[in-house]
Amino acid sequence: MSTGYNFAYLDEQTKRMLRRAILKAVAIPGYQVPFGSREMPLPYGWGTGGIQVTAAVIGADDRLKVIDQGADDTTNAVSIRRFFARTAGVATTEKTREATVIQTRHRIPETPLSEGQIMVYQVPIPEPLRWLEPRETETRKMHALADYGAMHVKLYEDIARFGHIATTYDYPVLVGGRYLMRPSPIPKFDNPKMDNSPALQLFGAGREKRIYAVPPYTSVKSLDFEDHPFEVQRWDQACALCGSTESFLDEVVTDDQGGRMYVCSDSDYCGERRQEQGQ
Amino acid sequence: MYVAVKGGEKAIDNAHALLAEDRRGDETIPELTLTQIDQQLGLAVDRVMTEGSVYDRELAALALKQAQGDAVEAIFLLRAYRTTLPRFGASQPVDTGAMAIRRRISAAFKDLPGGQVLGPTYDYTHRLLDFALAAEGAPRASVESAEAGLEPAPRVTDVLHHQGLIEPSGNGADLPGDLTRQPLNFPAGRDLRLQNLARGDEGFLLALAYSSQRGYGNTHPFAGEIRMGEVAVELVPEELGFAIDIGTITVTECQMINQFKGSKDIPPQFTRGYGLTFGQGERKAMAMALVDRSLRAEDLGEQATNPAQDQEFVLYHSDNVEASGFVQHLKLPHYVDFQSELEMIRRLRRENAEAAQ
Repeated sequence: MSTGYNFAYLDEQTKRMLRRAILKAVAIPGYQVPFGSREMPLPYGWGTGGIQVTAAVIGADDRLKVIDQGADDTTNAVSIRRFFARTAGVATTEKTREATVIQTRHRIPETPLSEGQIMVYQVPIPEPLRWLEPRETETRKMHALADYGAMHVKLYEDIARFGHIATTYDYPVLVGGRYLMRPSPIPKFDNPKMDNSPALQLFGAGREKRIYAVPPYTSVKSLDFEDHPFEVQRWDQACALCGSTESFLDEVVTDDQGGRMYVCSDSDYCGERRQEQGQ
Repeated sequence: MYVAVKGGEKAIDNAHALLAEDRRGDETIPELTLTQIDQQLGLAVDRVMTEGSVYDRELAALALKQAQGDAVEAIFLLRAYRTTLPRFGASQPVDTGAMAIRRRISAAFKDLPGGQVLGPTYDYTHRLLDFALAAEGAPRASVESAEAGLEPAPRVTDVLHHQGLIEPSGNGADLPGDLTRQPLNFPAGRDLRLQNLARGDEGFLLALAYSSQRGYGNTHPFAGEIRMGEVAVELVPEELGFAIDIGTITVTECQMINQFKGSKDIPPQFTRGYGLTFGQGERKAMAMALVDRSLRAEDLGEQATNPAQDQEFVLYHSDNVEASGFVQHLKLPHYVDFQSELEMIRRLRRENAEAAQ
């Protein structure tokens, strides 16, 4: 563990400021709380929001798991896990079941979460209405008035043009029946896992200086229409390594002749299944 | 069996080792010292201090050395260090009117108290590569500088202000906000806007300022005054209750004078645009002053329809540490999202083909 820095890098006053923002976020599910985001020693866009949230909630007896694209061994996940191992000296794990805090980019683990666990999402753009309205002053007003018609129109236009809602990740959700929220760029495959989850879900956007949250057992509904209900991706193939037909699959190109195989994006889930099959 | 390679700890360690090797270069060539960088690449040090928001030549030189001369990377290094520093107070506003002047020019008046002092500038150099510089150890030309800065040099804007021809500036009585501690809210006050611009990317501000001169928001500017030199920094410690001098810093200040037709309540007068950088940063200070004035459009009841006048556009995109991080985060893996898009596009193509039959 490196010396010269406070536990988990940030000073206690900064953590206090973060915790206040987190408490407010938990009290108003789905609402984006502005906070005094600090400049971290890792680049913006690479998880500074998630890192600050993790630093604010992690304690010496926590066990941290960090994933990127569902895998523990992707370079940025390795880098963030090392950052906390170095600055907080906390135990780390690759097992979803054993982790008390899971920081993630782009996925929710396949293994169901349980009470007491905290999911920390890295968020690039927190505002679900941003690509419909670039101005923060306007989007804040739209949230205040729960004026989400524009988003429904966008989804409807997809249906009119393609026959489907063409949004495949970062699919907008309504939290607690009130706030429209970006689930961060997870595939819509993962959206149902957020609904009524027993785990606390925290979202940190460092560059954009926003924190938001979904408390345990809160409804998270993916937007849809009665005649076009929300649906998730399915694959015709099973995972080539563990044979799962339930998980999100990454496509791996094996040659330039169109050869490809599909494997679980969640490396811990896949490994656990293979271990069980081996026994 | 193919196993997906997703990187890992060893790759990162090796990448860092390669970087260290690249940074040092050929070991038969003497290593750069921080003093060399400070003394001979001073303008790079100034830029890193300004946009890194820390006045420390040695740290800025170290950042430049560590970043192999990449200014934006060096600024990032200095910023990340800055966050860990304790804040024990705020200085009094520096009095640039009392500056020990090394350079001072006004494009608005031919002569003025304190005079025009050209100082060290590239302005009138012919940009011819000086091959004599390539030969090391050439003797240095010595200069006899005029006794600049002995005569008091009041700020041009103060001269105009005495005659009521220019709007008053703020009195600096309120403690300014700090956007590195509090998130920016809109509309942002001028204190926060100026802080944002002072930290903002020189290239971005330069382009915006340029756009405002080319018709995307006409501000009719005159370079009222540009001055560079040393100013004292004063702090009032709580236990003393009066200001003490804690050091001297070099700054470049630019005050732009802009037209304003006046309104029903305000008679016609000139308005201000303000720029300030650490060290010698004239290009940045001038660009900042133009953009500051552009951003005041709404305050002054002007139509704000151009990019340089748009607070959210300018202030949200000026920071090169933020911009560089987010642009470059596209290097991180996105295979999950890409897979989702692939699945969708294949489905749409399949349906298209079926419909065509």
